[in-house]
Amino acid sequence: MIVQEVVPGRGRTGNARFLEEVSAATAGVSRLEMCIQCGCCGGSCPSAAEMDHTPRRLFALIRAGMRDEVLASNTPWMCVSCYHCVVRCPQGVHVVDVMYTLKSMAAHQRAYRDATAPDFSRTFVRNVEAYGRSFELGLTALHYLKHFRLRLPGMAPMGIGMMTRGRLGLRPRRIEGSDQLAAILRRAKGLEDGS
Amino acid sequence: MSHYLYYPGCSMESSAAAYRESLETVLGPLGIRLEEIDDWNCCGATEYVGISLLPAYALIARNLALAARQADGTRTLVAACSACYLNLAKADHYLQESRTLAANVNSALGAGGLAYRAGSVTVRHLLEVIITDVGLDAVRAAVSRPLSGLRVAPYLGCMVPRPDPDHRWTDHERPRELDLLLAALGAEVVDYPLKTECCGGHMTQISPAIGFELIRRLIAEATRLGADLMVTVCPMCQMNVDAFQGETNRHFGTHYRMPILFYTQLMGLAFGREAREVGIGRELVDARPALARIGLPVPSTAAEETPETKAARIEAAHRRRQALPMPPMPGDAREEGPR
Repeated sequence: MIVQEVVPGRGRTGNARFLEEVSAATAGVSRLEMCIQCGCCGGSCPSAAEMDHTPRRLFALIRAGMRDEVLASNTPWMCVSCYHCVVRCPQGVHVVDVMYTLKSMAAHQRAYRDATAPDFSRTFVRNVEAYGRSFELGLTALHYLKHFRLRLPGMAPMGIGMMTRGRLGLRPRRIEGSDQLAAILRRAKGLEDGS
Repeated sequence: MSHYLYYPGCSMESSAAAYRESLETVLGPLGIRLEEIDDWNCCGATEYVGISLLPAYALIARNLALAARQADGTRTLVAACSACYLNLAKADHYLQESRTLAANVNSALGAGGLAYRAGSVTVRHLLEVIITDVGLDAVRAAVSRPLSGLRVAPYLGCMVPRPDPDHRWTDHERPRELDLLLAALGAEVVDYPLKTECCGGHMTQISPAIGFELIRRLIAEATRLGADLMVTVCPMCQMNVDAFQGETNRHFGTHYRMPILFYTQLMGLAFGREAREVGIGRELVDARPALARIGLPVPSTAAEETPETKAARIEAAHRRRQALPMPPMPGDAREEGPR
């Protein structure tokens, strides 16, 4: 599905800039520029069938500078971080880390079409920022209330099972250094926004 | 006693409580002492880095910085959870690879009075420490209740053998470590081709149909191969395969009952500990009928019965009533066993 055409007037510079931007925003060396469009990534992907673009096509869109289409794609959000593509890629592209970069860009600009996955990540992050630890019950309950209300009754046996077996803490645990962590994260966000 | 720094991770305190309990029972026999990092924080799992990169790496790096500060005699940081292990290992790897990332992360850490020099701690997974440092001979020597006759499907999931930034595992897709460990405990190890396939990760929360299909494949294949249970190293995999097995069955109209335990639970049992001490009973798909194969007591509640085992039980009782009084023969008891 291609909803945006490459405008010849934009020229190569604009296109290359998006590729560079994605690559530079990725942790470590992304090697995204090395992609040879072989499709090994999509062929190895357990959730490729649910993606609007396979990873290979997404990387072609990045190279073509089609920023809006790339950031609206559900592909990064369907990535399960299984790293099959990463170890199979003949060019050593850090596919999963590139997906993380695209997620964070899309999350920042709210460019995604479906908010289910970004909301889940945001709720997770909010808990971690508040307590320093993940809080499974709070995360799941909030997420289901917002996105899967109809699944809640069916989930009850599992929730009760987890609780009676002592596998679901009712209250979040807070680390002692939560102020220290907050200061670290505040500066990290400041640096990221400034760069 | 070998001494290591230890990062438990959030799930060890809740959904993977059985991993924590069983882990504590095997450390003594293996001669391992784990020293927990004081006031560690969440590793961010696979979520934080999808929202913003630098804060996510700063979050992980606080743990590395605390570990480096606490390092005394050892600089090896052991993680037991797959996502935690990968996040810590990958962060240290990328901090060494990218000076910009290292500078920014340290600037952020500075706001909390911390600093971290990339490479000052070595991140390793508990399973690899057991295989490499303790060794399979020592494991064999600690076994007092061999798991003979128990057919197990070894299931590692993704994040331990991949992407493996420090090249510690025998293979990215067919690693042998877990198979070797389980064989050393005396178990019959199934050659499980899906051993590093995805359990669905957070898909059960985001796109359930994908999650359920990935879980279905895993339990269907383990069932087809005649495994009594699956054995995992990962809290997320355990949670998906175990806790979401009911919903998966409802989704497909199937009736799989494939228990999944942590490798440390089987180690604890093989080292002679009782089921309760290693967290057996915390799983939603009851593993005790399978564990009857190594002589553990089976619960006899009617709720655990499947239609097949119920029919077999009634038929056996009927036959006993009709039969002439005979002395019990070896093998008679098997009729009332789990299968």
